[in-house]
Amino acid sequence: MSEFLQQLINGLSLGAIYALIALGYTMVYGVLRFINFAHSDVFMVGSFIGYYLGKIIPENTVWGGLAILLGAMLGCALLGMLIERLAYRRLRGGPTLNVLITAIGVALLLEYSGQVFFGATPRTFPSVFPSANFSFGSLVISSNQIIVIVVAALLMVALQLIVYRTKIGTAMRAVSLNPKAAQLVGVNNDVVISFTFGLGSALAGAGGILYALNYPSIDPLMGVMPGLKAFVAAVLGGIGNIPGAALGGLLLGTVETFVNGSQWSTYKDAIAFAILIIILLFRPAGLLGKFTVEKV
Amino acid sequence: MISSDALRPGVIARSAAPRQSICPPPARFAPRFFSLPLLSLALLLPFSLSSTRAAAVEPIKLGEIEPLTGKEAAFGQQAHRGVQMAIAEINARGGVLGRPLVVVVEDNQSKPGDSATVAKKLLSREKVVALLCGGTSSSCNEITPLAQAARIPFVATTATAPEVTEKRDYIFRSCFIDPFQGAVLAKFATTTLKAKRVALLTSVSASYSVGLSKVFREKFTALGGVIAAEQKYSEGDKDFRAQLTAIKAAQVDAIAATGFYTEAALLCKQARDLGLTLPIFGGDGWEAPELIEIGGKAVDGTYYASHYSSESTAPEVREFVKKYRARYNGETPDSMAPLAYDATLIIAEAIARAGTTEGPKLRDALAATKNFPGVTGRTSIDAQRNASKSAVILAVKNGRATYVETIDP
Repeated sequence: MSEFLQQLINGLSLGAIYALIALGYTMVYGVLRFINFAHSDVFMVGSFIGYYLGKIIPENTVWGGLAILLGAMLGCALLGMLIERLAYRRLRGGPTLNVLITAIGVALLLEYSGQVFFGATPRTFPSVFPSANFSFGSLVISSNQIIVIVVAALLMVALQLIVYRTKIGTAMRAVSLNPKAAQLVGVNNDVVISFTFGLGSALAGAGGILYALNYPSIDPLMGVMPGLKAFVAAVLGGIGNIPGAALGGLLLGTVETFVNGSQWSTYKDAIAFAILIIILLFRPAGLLGKFTVEKV
Repeated sequence: MISSDALRPGVIARSAAPRQSICPPPARFAPRFFSLPLLSLALLLPFSLSSTRAAAVEPIKLGEIEPLTGKEAAFGQQAHRGVQMAIAEINARGGVLGRPLVVVVEDNQSKPGDSATVAKKLLSREKVVALLCGGTSSSCNEITPLAQAARIPFVATTATAPEVTEKRDYIFRSCFIDPFQGAVLAKFATTTLKAKRVALLTSVSASYSVGLSKVFREKFTALGGVIAAEQKYSEGDKDFRAQLTAIKAAQVDAIAATGFYTEAALLCKQARDLGLTLPIFGGDGWEAPELIEIGGKAVDGTYYASHYSSESTAPEVREFVKKYRARYNGETPDSMAPLAYDATLIIAEAIARAGTTEGPKLRDALAATKNFPGVTGRTSIDAQRNASKSAVILAVKNGRATYVETIDP
């Protein structure tokens, strides 16, 4: 039983990171109906921002850790907005496929310029937050795991508040519902879309720091696998749906951890993706997604 | 005359600047931009050169394939330094057969597939006389069929998986093999650690790890031990908490993790986070400065097998460590550098004995290597083209690798 609970804790802390990245995919999809494949590399840039900030900000302090977290979120938000401005804005209104291919291009650009600027050798991420282990009987939880779960939960609540309780959030939902009508009633689509990218990328940046806290070896291709998993999580939960992305991330992280701890660990990715296929067979719109007929 | 030529800055600089060979040498592209009169002049140039310089000083080219970047970079960087040191020493002594030695190094970026690509380039374009690789067994397995087909001897300096040299008679190695290393680890676990129940953690996508785990399982069970838990992961994985939690439930005395250093460091860290204070040990794939850099306090109290200890009092080792420190800002070499150093000297000696750089003759000379006195011990190439050598066990204490014991074949 204690092994089960321990695996559950491990799974939730992994799933929380997937959920954070998945939120970025889902938000952009919700507003623009396209998958921003460069998102997972913004996540990678987030951990590198943290790595370089860690050199000037003292390690093992709470305020230093928060400063690094905010710095990475800010840096990634700017990067996300820049990518949108330079790569995607001109293609808006064109076929979605063009934007999709461009997104893959931007992803590769980030990965391989990362190899040029940061080097391909894995770096050791500094321990930015003070760390300690808490044990409850045979159950052990590290402070980093708690930080991951708490920060992820706070950010998800904040996101929910922004989307449903603020003016810009209302504008985002308006653009998502009908961009032309939103424009007619005075919403500036450019600003709203730019904000969406900034918000999603800031979450990816936070995910990058939290991921590196738990797995302190970072390299320019580190975003590829978590990005893919987060994308799966977003689809699993119902792409375009914010609570769905969170649910999908937690579910995927937990399943992956349980498979990993069993004798079938070699098949962990296969099983995770098989679950995706099965769920989509029965619920094509994902767990919480609503099935909508594509307008022709 | 020859020795001064061997010390020409150009020759040394080429071996000292590995990246140079990654981009094509400028001379290859230069004629494209020449006008016709200049082009004819350029065509004449080799003839005028050959008349002024003796043809005998054309350098002997060795090809080196290393993971210089990526997740196994620590192996390649160290090995390449060993090769460079050996080349510089050989050239200072006047080269081999009166010709200087140069090495053309290519980076496989620690990626599957890239070793084969760069090996093809070295064999067909650079026309190297022998190949070296300080990368993993999986990387070396990509190179072996190509070297065999080209009839160019290939010496793997750190690849310990037995299949690397099996069935192909142009493939050699300068290190011990995993059946021996697995036996060493099993002996260490039973006699030194006094472990009865051990958990085995294997990287299923590395042939090195799979092979080492297999031998360890056999030998350890033969010595009366029990493998109480077996867990697997893949190269590049970062989360081992699930496997470690399952291991924790199995209540073992020690964990054997047979993968490479990046994963080993992360899994030690996560094991300590989960409250597992037991000894964790692995093979020579653990040996890299990054193990301690990434693992920090968590790798204290871990052990790994290695090819030599820099703390050894053997004169060859002390001499090598001194030269290495003088050359590389006081850094202490781990075993990748001396293995590559020894391998380069063994190739040079074989060329000298063969009296030629022809593949088949060089192969025969390499196969006849007996009692070569190297930094990592006396090397004799056996009938399976492997080197039989003793292994050492190192322990990580306060962020430093310290000598524990030597185990003989």
